Amino acid sequence: MTESSNGYKSGSNLEKVLKNGLFAVTAELGPPKNADGEVIRKKAAILKGFVEAANITDNQTAIVRMSSIGAGALAWQSGLEPVIQMTCRDRNRLGMQSDLLGAYALGLRNILCLTGDHQTFGNHPQAKNVHDMDSLQLVQMVVGLRDKNCFQCGEEIKGVNPRFFVGAAENPFGDPFDWRPYRLGKKAKAGADFIQTQLIYNVPKFREFMKRVVDLGVHKQVHILAGVGPLKTPGAAKYMRDQVPGMDVPGEIVARMEAAGKGIEDKKAKAAAQKEEGVRICVEIIQQMREIEGVAGVHIMAIEWEEAVPTIVEKAGLLPRPVFNGNA
Amino acid sequence: MIVAEQKPLEEIKGLLGEAGRILIVGCGTCVTVCFAGGEKEAGILGSLLRMSTRLDGASKEVTEVTVQRQCEWEYLDAIHDRVTEADSVLSLGCGVGVQALAERYPNAIVVPGLDTKFMGLPVEQGVWAERCAACGACILGLTGGICPIARCSKQLLNGPCGGSAKGKCEVSPEIDCAWQLIYAQLKAQGRLHLLMEITPPKDWRTSRDGGPRRIVREDLRLPVAEKA
Repeated sequence: MTESSNGYKSGSNLEKVLKNGLFAVTAELGPPKNADGEVIRKKAAILKGFVEAANITDNQTAIVRMSSIGAGALAWQSGLEPVIQMTCRDRNRLGMQSDLLGAYALGLRNILCLTGDHQTFGNHPQAKNVHDMDSLQLVQMVVGLRDKNCFQCGEEIKGVNPRFFVGAAENPFGDPFDWRPYRLGKKAKAGADFIQTQLIYNVPKFREFMKRVVDLGVHKQVHILAGVGPLKTPGAAKYMRDQVPGMDVPGEIVARMEAAGKGIEDKKAKAAAQKEEGVRICVEIIQQMREIEGVAGVHIMAIEWEEAVPTIVEKAGLLPRPVFNGNA
Repeated sequence: MIVAEQKPLEEIKGLLGEAGRILIVGCGTCVTVCFAGGEKEAGILGSLLRMSTRLDGASKEVTEVTVQRQCEWEYLDAIHDRVTEADSVLSLGCGVGVQALAERYPNAIVVPGLDTKFMGLPVEQGVWAERCAACGACILGLTGGICPIARCSKQLLNGPCGGSAKGKCEVSPEIDCAWQLIYAQLKAQGRLHLLMEITPPKDWRTSRDGGPRRIVREDLRLPVAEKA
């Protein structure tokens, strides 16, 4: 990536796509639960050319995986621009800032600031959590490193300061619903450049959320990428509906996933039909997102199913992707 | 109040080891009100230990005494003889009580009979819930009287996170989302403007992160000559 210039904050490909008013596409790349860099290179090869950038998750669902910065550097070396996810669960302000300096030195330019899933969900429920800061404060800190040229404590950074394109998340389906557009506004006020939302399956409810966001004018302060993702099985749909707090999967989506495999005896054929329906629903939702005022792009979360992303992007009519930095 | 729970009997027996003469020391303050380590619980635990050690074939001499407040040395002086006669002292105080005993009687072997859980209150008969984390810099004036440090699983100062659903925390349906409560309270009071501001990162030096804490009140201290 080039150093920031021409009015860009970070100069990342994602920033350039969004700043130029183009409908952006990002995806997610889940690092492995081991130290095999080849996994990242393979997944990066799948996503390259189909998305502006890919989020590298940070110990998602509180399960230990290859670090987002380590995996992000590997993705970047493979020609895929990463968005480094950083949660407040595992590191305090010292750890986070030092990792940000390292990430920038490695050439990484996008970051997504998250609170993080609680550690009781993961494979080390005995762990002590940190939460020295919350996601809003993390946004402020990363923006401060860039725009104020100082550390969180106020001390000046002597030499190269990290200049990231700063993202945050918001869950339009979290409670209290009435507060969510304001909380999004707070993230914009903290200095977030872009937002990626939680997975959207309940489109009417998301429309209502966006209407309120637009009424507040927040969509003009921050680029909002709608979170979408293909369902693999009816079971996954039901699990998300019933077991994942803050997820909203309407009954009709579950019913469609169930209907897709009905009457098919062959297990492989049944699974294929269900996956196909999952992709179809995802493409339909993307089409609907493109019609909603204030939506600047989509963030495709195909969890441990990166292969689905090129198909989805193609079927949604989002190819070819714009290239600014000549690396995608 | 400080809320505690009694340790399992087997763990207590393990802590006591080979000690033949055991003194159980109850406390008449917090742990009495939360039914964990008062006079009554000390008596019941004493009987249990006598019966259990007899059945094990290693009968022990177990006696009980309850002081009004185990966390102040002056209340512990009255049980000097009982403590010094015992091979092992089983404290049914909170963690402060255990340490007060151990500090006052450096030669005594003092072991805890309780697990100290939190600072909280009874929310219904038989149910206690955490309310304060003693962070050392109270923010309840900004949060509608509901503490996100003690009651939000992630200690968020700008919540709620995306895991808040139907008033509950993502960690468990048994846990109320503190930020849902804060939102509802401030909304009902017409004070939602308090939430529009971004709360800056907390200075944790006043909390445990700054090292063990201590308060010195010069106005209350005795002149050096009178200390002895």
